[in-house]
Amino acid sequence: MTGWISDFMNHPATYLKTGWLQISVSNLIVIVLMLIIFALAILVPFPKDKEGHK
Amino acid sequence: MSEMWTAKLRNKWQKNLPIEKLLPDDQPAYVVSWIYVFGVLTLAALAVIIFSGIILAFEGPAWYHISDSGLFVNSLHFWSVQMFFVFMVVHLWGKYWMAAWRGDRFRTWATGAIAFVASIATAFTGYLVQTNFDSQWISFEAKDGFNSMGIGAFFNVTNLGQMLLLHVAFLPLILGVLTVIHVLMVRRRGVVPPIDAIPTLSEVGR
Amino acid sequence: MTLSKQAKHDFDAAPWSGKTKRYDIVKEGSVAVAFVAIAAIVLSLLMGSPDEAPLTFKGWAVSNADNFYVTAVQELAGTSGSATYGGPYNKASDGLNVGPLWLQKWAGVTHPVDTVNEFVIAPLSTQVMSTEIASALATWKAAAESQKHTWATAYDDAITKAEGKLSDVAPGAYGPVPALAKGLTDMAKGGALDAALLSQGGFFQTDNTKQILFFGDGSYLDDAGTEANLQGGTWGMMNETGRYPGQAWLWLYSFWYQIPPFNNEESAPIGANADAYIMVLMGLLSLGLILIPVIPGVKSLPMRIPIHRGIWRQYYDANGIKCRKK
Repeated sequence: MTGWISDFMNHPATYLKTGWLQISVSNLIVIVLMLIIFALAILVPFPKDKEGHK
Repeated sequence: MSEMWTAKLRNKWQKNLPIEKLLPDDQPAYVVSWIYVFGVLTLAALAVIIFSGIILAFEGPAWYHISDSGLFVNSLHFWSVQMFFVFMVVHLWGKYWMAAWRGDRFRTWATGAIAFVASIATAFTGYLVQTNFDSQWISFEAKDGFNSMGIGAFFNVTNLGQMLLLHVAFLPLILGVLTVIHVLMVRRRGVVPPIDAIPTLSEVGR
Repeated sequence: MTLSKQAKHDFDAAPWSGKTKRYDIVKEGSVAVAFVAIAAIVLSLLMGSPDEAPLTFKGWAVSNADNFYVTAVQELAGTSGSATYGGPYNKASDGLNVGPLWLQKWAGVTHPVDTVNEFVIAPLSTQVMSTEIASALATWKAAAESQKHTWATAYDDAITKAEGKLSDVAPGAYGPVPALAKGLTDMAKGGALDAALLSQGGFFQTDNTKQILFFGDGSYLDDAGTEANLQGGTWGMMNETGRYPGQAWLWLYSFWYQIPPFNNEESAPIGANADAYIMVLMGLLSLGLILIPVIPGVKSLPMRIPIHRGIWRQYYDANGIKCRKK
């Protein structure tokens, strides 16, 4: 169970560089995913609960 | 006769954290947003981390190098850690933009922030005990920062035995205590009301 | 109706007395655990996890014997990174400081490392030796400390002058040092040095400090770090081996090493003590995170940038609460 695409994963990563900024594609995916998740969490409507009670 | 310590503690507990607050079956009607699930998702990730960690601890630090099921459990531990930090950071962002420290909830925020820092420290010792190239590199690099502060004199990142025991026993205990206190504080104070909420108005939904 | 600051605080602190809704806390927790467990299983089955084999002294000596040899000489001469490090390993240097704070020095030598004996002489002495090595060791052990130092530093200087090219090193009075360095290199090539340094004369051993320090004194570990893009000056602290996600949460700690003055070792006092200054900076920023609720400006930003309007949309709409005037 070493992972179906672990062969792909165990090679050197691709790095995106500009000036002194540098990030691996994997880390960029994680960070972008976090931002998307945060945005969706704020924007996607939460199911309403019909039963209110006090 | 002065009041017994036990009675004092029990009364204080029952006043601040009755069972109805610990195991509630209702919550304020304004708790309708997906942002609210990230606290429990962080806890859930921590549960998977601990579960997979216990298996790794039971089998010893070299197991996952030589066993396929060991590598699978190591992968569970690795990915649950990645999810733990993703969920915790989204939870932190949400709590910041909700100014969730309002209404005497500073300690809830503070224990959460300290738990964040403690999580990084715990994860760091985890990276040190992988017993592979990454551990060699991280220990060699990290020693300089700690040595520069004099911390290296008693916290030796190149000492596998020390780092392993801290990672498996001491730091999870600290993190566990912080997490429990944090969650109990949320239960005690309840979820913070909306910014600009008006006391007499509490409709939700159309 | 606008409430006073105190009234708002009291309202926020009081138990909620308005409308409530059903909430199953146990179900929520169970669903969350199931979700994360399944996600972890799927990710693990798809991608596994990183596990690059550790480097060995054998690997070093076989792939770059000259560099290992030169490092061995530096350990004997006391000029290697480890030998000149300072606390907690030795007193060869005062270490780093932040202004008047010399914490590294003040913490003392709590983990003494003797590069001459522990890295070279002792491991060599554990072996069944050739007459050449046995003789070199005997000569070394019989010599006065000052004589040992003279031999080793003379050879180290000669190697430095030849810019590391061993074939260009001028002949000189180096005593048994060349033989000792060669003996250690051969020992490393055979794999015996890994074992000798691991056991360090004992049976049980869980402290890898000496091995890591010796390792880092040469170029083998450093080159491997560069190849895996883990160097501090290229955001390496955030990275993982292979294509796996690394430690994105270390972005701010890693950031400081990329910018002046921290990224220039020659720049005193900050660049030359970058590790120390950045530790202090991160300590202060962590404290800042904890204290956000009391920091003016930062604590009021959520009120001024109304992201919360999205979170509590249903409540605001149902109660006709408009966005606050700026």
